[in-house]
Amino acid sequence: MGLATRLVVQRLALGLLLLLAVSVLIFAGTQILPGDVAQSILGQSATPEALENLRRDMGLNEPAVTRYFTWLGGALTGDLGTALTSGADISEAIGARLGNTLFLAGVAAVIAIPLAILLGLIAVRFRERWPDKLISGVTLASISLPEFFIGYVLILIFAVKLRWLPPLATVYDGMPFGERLTLVLLPAITLTMVVLAHMMRMTRAAILNVMQSAYIETAELKGLSGFQVIARHAFPNAIAPIVNVVMLNLAYLIVGVVVVEVVFAYPGMGQYLVDHVSKRDVPVVQASGLIFAAVYIGLNMVADIVSILANPRLRHPK
Amino acid sequence: MSKELDYLASRVIQRKMNRRSFLGRASALGLSATAAGTFLSNAAHAAEPVKGGTIKVALSGGSATDSLDPALSTNTTMSSITRLWGQPLLELGETGGLDPIIAEEFSSSPDARVWTFKIRKGISFSNGQPLTAEDVLATMERHAGEESKSGALGLLRGIKDMRVEDGAFVVELDGPNADLPYLLTDYHLMIQPNGGKDNPTAAIGTGPYVIKDHEAGVRTVFERNPHAWLDTMGHADTIEILAINDDTARMSAIQSGQVHIANRVPPKIAGLISRAPGVEVRSTAGPGHYVFIMHANTAPFDNKDLRMALKYGINRQEMVDKILFGYGSVGNDTPINASYPLFTPTEQREYDPEKAAAFFKASGHEGPILLRTSDNSFPGAPDASALFQQSLKGAGIDLEIKREPNDGYWSEVWNNKPFSTSYWSGRATQDAMFSTAYLSTADWNDTRFFNEQFDQLLFAARAELNEATRTQMYADMSTILRDEGGLIGPMFNDFIDATSDKVAGWRDTKGFDVMNNYAPAKMWLVG
Repeated sequence: MGLATRLVVQRLALGLLLLLAVSVLIFAGTQILPGDVAQSILGQSATPEALENLRRDMGLNEPAVTRYFTWLGGALTGDLGTALTSGADISEAIGARLGNTLFLAGVAAVIAIPLAILLGLIAVRFRERWPDKLISGVTLASISLPEFFIGYVLILIFAVKLRWLPPLATVYDGMPFGERLTLVLLPAITLTMVVLAHMMRMTRAAILNVMQSAYIETAELKGLSGFQVIARHAFPNAIAPIVNVVMLNLAYLIVGVVVVEVVFAYPGMGQYLVDHVSKRDVPVVQASGLIFAAVYIGLNMVADIVSILANPRLRHPK
Repeated sequence: MSKELDYLASRVIQRKMNRRSFLGRASALGLSATAAGTFLSNAAHAAEPVKGGTIKVALSGGSATDSLDPALSTNTTMSSITRLWGQPLLELGETGGLDPIIAEEFSSSPDARVWTFKIRKGISFSNGQPLTAEDVLATMERHAGEESKSGALGLLRGIKDMRVEDGAFVVELDGPNADLPYLLTDYHLMIQPNGGKDNPTAAIGTGPYVIKDHEAGVRTVFERNPHAWLDTMGHADTIEILAINDDTARMSAIQSGQVHIANRVPPKIAGLISRAPGVEVRSTAGPGHYVFIMHANTAPFDNKDLRMALKYGINRQEMVDKILFGYGSVGNDTPINASYPLFTPTEQREYDPEKAAAFFKASGHEGPILLRTSDNSFPGAPDASALFQQSLKGAGIDLEIKREPNDGYWSEVWNNKPFSTSYWSGRATQDAMFSTAYLSTADWNDTRFFNEQFDQLLFAARAELNEATRTQMYADMSTILRDEGGLIGPMFNDFIDATSDKVAGWRDTKGFDVMNNYAPAKMWLVG
């Protein structure tokens, strides 16, 4: 396991370096955007005096480099600062929003991942026959539709017409778990439909690839049923690429769901970030950007490590 | 027949019968559907407000960046929230004029320079602290002070001195201003204990509710203020305001019955929503308008003939029909319409391609004219620009449209580039609207309009306490603006809101949308 440990340490160090680079990029990006935070807050009602007062209050008259390092120092000590616009504590606000995002991503993942893998296995078992074609057709159709459209269709059917589920997923602190689950059901189904095809197709392709191997033929000759061959012999050897695509989709469920959040008015990270980007609230954008980058880098790292551990040749190097 | 109708209407109000069957029965009794609808809403008005329950409201505009400081409130969600916990000195009357709120009565010196507001006695803030004239003074000081970040700072300029005299709040102005009481209805100017100087975001005021739970840009929950004093509002026990910016999400929330009140119904689908069971669409005329603005001091728009060509080259009725879907009225190249207190109509300018062509020729300008627009400058702005392009083509004028990104439009394009699309939500009075955007020294003189005669009339009108004379002065100013100005104002947009049949008490009001933001406080649950 020496190699694995070294690898993890190496990846972690690289990840931290990457995060630092990302923070510089985000900061530079927010500086390039036209208009500043004072102007964005006051909008059409900005007078020169009010602008000047607000800028001075927010420390916007300091040079950009100074502001960046002040923030970085705070972030390293766990203090993400306060939002320029509302004066709210960022760590606290992000904590709640991130929790919501993870909850929605979790519910979607619990539905989507087993379903995708199961459908992938079924598609391989009946490859080139009607179940395979049906599964591929339906999942590809659902990934081809924009997610807001799927969301609207689900709202129209289940909320407006049938009135089974509420159209809004405005969850809040202290809401009972059951109620929370009912509220996120529609957005979670929407997300499931968006990520299903990718994972299902990858599972199918990876297993089909392994199915060409000689040991599969052996297993078939020894008299195992078609499904047993796939589940017990082909699947374990196809795990690396599947984990990779599952991790990518998990990352997407966490960082890429702003459209679904808006459609269902779900108070997650995406909406929070967009609100602050449009007001040039740099500390919040930085903090959210860092968290998103950390999630992405972290999940990719997990995928790497899992594929190493799943491969005996890498696990026991000569 | 009328007794039977009364009976049926009372059944609907008690929710023992639905609206649709009422309309059916009423038409069987020989009443047209419109008449029956009016009858029903009159009956609902006559009904006493019902206390209790939770009213849920879906509003657009809220953002995670919103602050609870009323000075920084910029959108409908926040101004509605502010109006639930706070109260201004005076408020716009529902049908015009002013309602005394915290100021019991007010008067001015004959020259309209010194104003005295008598502060109501015996009312307390939601924390139990009695409200005094000192709190009023401190509030105004905070908004008007040099350090102020308040959106009301512009309104409060020209104040020489503010003081408390015998429990009354006194304002002394540099120059006369007959409109000062109207300016103090501004939604930023909520009276806070010690003016909110200690804790501006505490949301402590004299309004009907107090905040129980607030997550900016998501959800705000209110419960009754134990010290509330005004019994014309605050009927429900709890109010829940949800910030929902996606139009489709907001509309499905009202259609599915998850909320009782929703604002900003897109005009395109207002007809569809009004046919949904249990939902009523409320369209209210207001001072808001969509505009094309030219910088009257920048070539080629510094040429009056060219401005006239463009003003005659726009088809106003077509804009109202196709951009507002009929939920609005035609404009007349002035920001003033019948929503303003002292309004007289001036001659309506019509689409006239021949005149436009003649003016264009007289201007000597050649080549295309560049117009900048974006989606967020007003709903349907790019479409309106395309319509303008087509109607100008009829006059042989070539309009080139440049689509700008939403992001940064207000800082980079509006009030910056010489010809662009924009909107104004209007102001409480002509004076406020003109001094905000058309006075030579205005902060947002977004048409670069510098007209001495106009400025003089504006100052003279401020000192004029005779209403008939003032009305005439404002009409003259509108005419000057219409003929000389850089404003092309094709349409005034109505506010379109939706309410569920589970709430009653709606009235068409002056001011902003959702009953000047007071719908949650003034409506009640039925049955």
